[in-house]
Amino acid sequence: MSVRVQRELFDVGAEIAQLRADPRVGAVASFVGVVRDVNDDAAVAAMTLEHYPGMTEKSLEAIVEQARSRWNVYEILVIHRIGELRPTDPIVLVIVTSAHRGDAFAACQFVMDYLKTDAPFWKKEATPEGARWVEARDSDGAARERWERK
Amino acid sequence: MKLRVRYFAALRERIGRSEETVEVPEGVATVSDLRRALIARGEPWTSAFAETRRVRAAVDQAMAGDDAPLREGVEVAFFPPVTGG
Repeated sequence: MSVRVQRELFDVGAEIAQLRADPRVGAVASFVGVVRDVNDDAAVAAMTLEHYPGMTEKSLEAIVEQARSRWNVYEILVIHRIGELRPTDPIVLVIVTSAHRGDAFAACQFVMDYLKTDAPFWKKEATPEGARWVEARDSDGAARERWERK
Repeated sequence: MKLRVRYFAALRERIGRSEETVEVPEGVATVSDLRRALIARGEPWTSAFAETRRVRAAVDQAMAGDDAPLREGVEVAFFPPVTGG
């Protein structure tokens, strides 16, 4: 299964070890998104991730399929956590394996850029002034658009 | 025409429910028609849609634009721009 949505922590080392066991693999690129303790000048004590069960998995699978059709990759794994998370907790993991680094790096970045704008997750932060929903950033839309021009 | 309507994140909180079955008025054929019909019901929909910036929609769990057509039994979701990752 190349897409997982879960509450539990993931083990980056174990996931990479499993994916690089394929002897064709010459490159493994990975990205880990982590909860920060500050956002838009406010201290963040915790955050809660809500999602749209069903659509989340479908949208992540569609993003993975698009990446597969654009680059020569062997495997793409996406794990995204939901529920309550705290600063320093990992939120998302993307791992891409390929024969050479170029495809792995590009596909990994593509998956993250599309995930940020297309996958139905929403973050709510607990700050000293109370809970607030995180606003989408314009820079995320721009990051996705540059792949459409290529 | 009967539809299942779902709300997420800030929009869900403002409306005070996560889903409902809606019998839509005659003439509602697209996502934007449905949004207008919900807003026309009054509170809490009117304020919730007004206070949520750039409301997005999905039809049967795929992102959908304002012109996306609706038919009996589809699941329509409204939500703010996504913020995962």
